[in-house]
Amino acid sequence: MALAHQYDELDPISGRKVLVEGAPSFHEVTEAVCNPIEVPNSRWWIAFLISLSMLGVLGLALGYLLWMGTGIWGLNNPVAWGWAIVNFVFWVGIGHAGTLISAVLFLFRQKWRTSINRASEAMTLFAVICALLFPTVHAGRPWVLYWALPIPNQMDMWPNFRSPLLWDVFAVSTYFTVSLLFWYVGLIPDLATMRDRAKTPARRFAYGLFALGWRGSTRHWVNYEKAYMILAGLATPLVLSVHTIVSFDFAVSQLPGWHTTIFPPYFVAGAIFSGFAMVLTLLLPLRAWFKLEHLITVKHLENMAKIILLTGTMVGYAYGMEFFIAWYSGNPYESFAFANRAFGDYWWAYWIMVSCNVITPQLIWFKNIRRSVVWLFIISIFVNIGMWFERFVITVTSLHHDFLPSSWDYYSPTVWDMATFLGSFGLFFTLFCIFVRFLPSIAIAEVKSVMPQADPHHHPAHAGGHGKDHH
Amino acid sequence: MSKPTHKKSFGLLAEYDTAAAVFHACEQVRDAGYSAWDSYTPFAVHNLDKAMGLKPSVLPWIVFFMGITGATCAMTLQWWTATVDYPIIIAGKPYFSYQAFVPVTFELGVLFSAFGAVFGMLGLNKLPMWYHSLFNSERFHRFSDDRFFIAIEARDPKFDLERTRKLLEASGALHVEEVED
Repeated sequence: MALAHQYDELDPISGRKVLVEGAPSFHEVTEAVCNPIEVPNSRWWIAFLISLSMLGVLGLALGYLLWMGTGIWGLNNPVAWGWAIVNFVFWVGIGHAGTLISAVLFLFRQKWRTSINRASEAMTLFAVICALLFPTVHAGRPWVLYWALPIPNQMDMWPNFRSPLLWDVFAVSTYFTVSLLFWYVGLIPDLATMRDRAKTPARRFAYGLFALGWRGSTRHWVNYEKAYMILAGLATPLVLSVHTIVSFDFAVSQLPGWHTTIFPPYFVAGAIFSGFAMVLTLLLPLRAWFKLEHLITVKHLENMAKIILLTGTMVGYAYGMEFFIAWYSGNPYESFAFANRAFGDYWWAYWIMVSCNVITPQLIWFKNIRRSVVWLFIISIFVNIGMWFERFVITVTSLHHDFLPSSWDYYSPTVWDMATFLGSFGLFFTLFCIFVRFLPSIAIAEVKSVMPQADPHHHPAHAGGHGKDHH
Repeated sequence: MSKPTHKKSFGLLAEYDTAAAVFHACEQVRDAGYSAWDSYTPFAVHNLDKAMGLKPSVLPWIVFFMGITGATCAMTLQWWTATVDYPIIIAGKPYFSYQAFVPVTFELGVLFSAFGAVFGMLGLNKLPMWYHSLFNSERFHRFSDDRFFIAIEARDPKFDLERTRKLLEASGALHVEEVED
């Protein structure tokens, strides 16, 4: 009984689910991806203007911050890492799903990644930009941020290379640079497509400039594909190292609740979990508004949902294991930190985190839910909220009650903390809107290469099983 | 110097409509012994490089060299700043506490390798090259959409306008044309 496959179109030769529905020609794929870029879209304008006004909030919040200093935030004496660091970890984690899709799934030869990798990599870049904003302004004097770099100076001083915070500077900036290069290399053939379709000289010049004169030569493809594979191989350990080092910011300290060896894998799983949720939050409206449902199919959404279920369950395991170790270690400070997390002043944040991250994703076990765009959108929002609260719980509960009861305090954000965080969404969505408006949001050349007729041994007669002939 | 009366020829351009057609045509051109020729496709057609008889890319060697350079520079910088230029005891650790220097070494190794991969690829491909003779062909612009091409250049020693045209026409091309340099 073919129950498992009852919903999807199958390839007549391989028997696997098709990655591009409706058996279009290569030209139809080009049209489907490029048309939304060439024709103005009213819903795009609405999304763009809302994002832009949120970006205005960021400008206001940062302007006031630079005028007044970090005193406008809710930071207090034990809680010196407030929302700024919570938001940094939140955004950098979101970026990781883009790299997982573009690099790790490439190495595992997961062909379904081709429809979603371009937009996810763009999401990575924009999330890392938002992430870099927070430590920059949190440092208090962003104009001397170059002190973190090993630049010879009149004091003959060097940065402290033993500090995880400095490792972060190198890890996150390398991550941004490599992600940008990877994304751009993937874009080159598609920029050539945009150049060759351009109707106006301005567009032809702009796309042509960045297409670098690409002409699809096989002698070029040989080097290109090798470069792409090497970049995937480099990005895979890089993405694991980045969130590992972010977790070292906490784990290398001596604070109960932070000083644990489970942090690196737990942070990486959480990053992929939150990133896939953000990919769904962005792609579900995009595929509907730009009419890309036959390229980003329900099968793609289902695959992403399964990764959310897997990583969400890993995160749930880490939450449980933290409590077990706190009890099993017999360390009274560690036990107190965890009892305080679940039942102390911030119990509400802890239980929001557990409900959103551990309980909500379990709905994905149901096939009808993981194939429903409405349900997936709702689940993705819950996961985004839950993962923000995870970073809040880790940062604030460990800091506000440390070793000395005399220094304990309660931390609350101010309206400026909230405005900065809201504004970072404005920056993120504005950049994403600009991206989908001017660049192909699906990797055209890569999607073509996984279509049945891309196989040099494909014979049109074999494709008779599709309802529609594509020749 | 007098101007030539007619423009120089770049070579012959043949157009195909499927990946399978260009694949078999490439095998025929390869077997006919041409050397200055290439195929042009909207996406990387699997194994087309083998049908053309191309050698594997040398890019991995560039990346390897760059990666070693990046990692060496990073470890040397950290060793020199920590032990020679400004030795200072931090957290009671030895001056050269190399374990703590691994993350930055790794990151710079990856960063340099990525630069090597991208700029090495562009260098081997001689890109950017915004002008190329093939862009003179109106039909060639469909290479980035849904058509496949083979171009045999006039500088190839075996190139002969008539015989090469016959070979390309017999290989299943939809259209064969001469392109100006």
